[in-house]
Amino acid sequence: MKLGLVIDLDTCVGCHACAVACKQWNSSGMSGPLTDYKPYGDEPAGVWFNRIRHYEVDEYPNSKTINAPMSCMHCEDAACVTVCPTGASYKREEDGIVLIDQDKCMGCNYCAWACPYGARELDRESGTMKKCTLCVDRIYDDNLPESERQPACVLTCPSNARFYGDFDDPDSVVSQKVRERGGYSMMPEAGYQPTNKYLPPRQKPLVEQHAEKAASTEKPLSQIQRWIAQQLTRQA
Amino acid sequence: MFPALSVICFTLLSGAGYGLLILLCLDNAFDIGLALEGMRRNILAIVSLLLITIGLLCSTLHLANPKNAWRAFFRFRTSWLSREGVFAVLLYPFALFWLFMVWSNGVMPASGVEKLLAVVTFFLAVATLFSTGMIYACLKTIRQWNNALTPANYLLLGLMLGASIVLVGIDGGQGSTSAEKLVLGLTAIAALTKITYFYWIGKPAGPTINSALGFTRATVRLLDVGHGSGNFLTDEFGFELARTRLLWLRLVCIVCAFLLPILLLVSFDRSIFVNIAAMIFAFFGVFVERWLFFAEARHVVNLYHGAQRT
Repeated sequence: MKLGLVIDLDTCVGCHACAVACKQWNSSGMSGPLTDYKPYGDEPAGVWFNRIRHYEVDEYPNSKTINAPMSCMHCEDAACVTVCPTGASYKREEDGIVLIDQDKCMGCNYCAWACPYGARELDRESGTMKKCTLCVDRIYDDNLPESERQPACVLTCPSNARFYGDFDDPDSVVSQKVRERGGYSMMPEAGYQPTNKYLPPRQKPLVEQHAEKAASTEKPLSQIQRWIAQQLTRQA
Repeated sequence: MFPALSVICFTLLSGAGYGLLILLCLDNAFDIGLALEGMRRNILAIVSLLLITIGLLCSTLHLANPKNAWRAFFRFRTSWLSREGVFAVLLYPFALFWLFMVWSNGVMPASGVEKLLAVVTFFLAVATLFSTGMIYACLKTIRQWNNALTPANYLLLGLMLGASIVLVGIDGGQGSTSAEKLVLGLTAIAALTKITYFYWIGKPAGPTINSALGFTRATVRLLDVGHGSGNFLTDEFGFELARTRLLWLRLVCIVCAFLLPILLLVSFDRSIFVNIAAMIFAFFGVFVERWLFFAEARHVVNLYHGAQRT
């Protein structure tokens, strides 16, 4: 299995609901708490597994706003695991999820230096590194109904821009999305083979505007006829 | 990258310590002309082990959870940080046993066992210093570090500082001419590689904001970073200094670490004060160099925070 996420950059509205849901679930999860520093102070800060940044692509009037949520990509060639001196960071054989053993981490920051995606954040309170677990304590929980055995971010997304599944299964929703929409990896040249994929914005409007198209290809004479017919029906 | 004082002191002090130990072992095993013997050599060997130990203790200050530091020896097969730790610890019994042999031997010619221990200690010191450089050089995320000159600089600057300590330790003794030549030669080579390094990292390369986000056919600019105040990523990787300040510091580094020691040694008559001044300038210059090594490094995560390139 190769579990991961697909994020649709076309439909993501940048509401940060996934980040909030992530924080809520994981605060009491296996890597919790996600410590906040001075949450009611002037400069609240804290540990998050998922961060959303907003970009403008191209120049006005062709510009488009892109909201890019980023969490751990669960890379196939995870440099953070390679460089970890203690063995606290590991990648699971069975499903490819990259995790940190909080009991082994010595907080040297080296894995965060090796990660190009900024997926790892040090918790100053516990002195250990923390990161997205793909809600490993949720997706395997038999006590939950099967439809809810998904990462918190995916379940909560109001614009349905996040998908979760097994990339090794060609019929899974994530594999289909990547195939149909040209899903791609961020910063592929870094060579870490990230599992998570992003769907590019659609080039065409979703709804084809047939009516207008038809009108423009009409012959001039029939256009005049239609205009006369409209005027008559309005007066009547 | 944020230039953490703990890591700078670690690489500076233990780098100098390993450099000194390498030279002492070389002189003991193969007689490179320093003619160090008796108490002088013993004191220099103790100084080198002290510098190494203080440096290693400084490095633990960088850990947020030092109670798990003992676990850092277990991923020897993949992690350069782990290798560095293993080599550093492995060096102690050999170095101490060598020191014991040297001490008990006094002014007698070195015995076979003594020479063997010196060679083993030499290789372990080189391996540790090389591993320290590779900790940084193996990171593909920081192009300023990910090149062959990083470990080369670590080795050469360590040797250069070690040689400057040897020169002070010899203090006009028998081998001081060769020690002076050694300092001048190592300083010149270290200066060349460091200046080459400054040119290398000036060349634009690596990912851009476009490839980082996958929009390679149009301009991309950051609208909003998504957080109101700083976080771990901006604290650790967001460190930035004005371009002119960086250039000034490069000048300070080159002048203090390389130019002044060479000028002092060449233009003044041999005296302990000149040697000490040269050593102090070299240490200060390498301290600035280490600070710059971190301050100039630009992690690719900055691309997601709006940098157009690293």
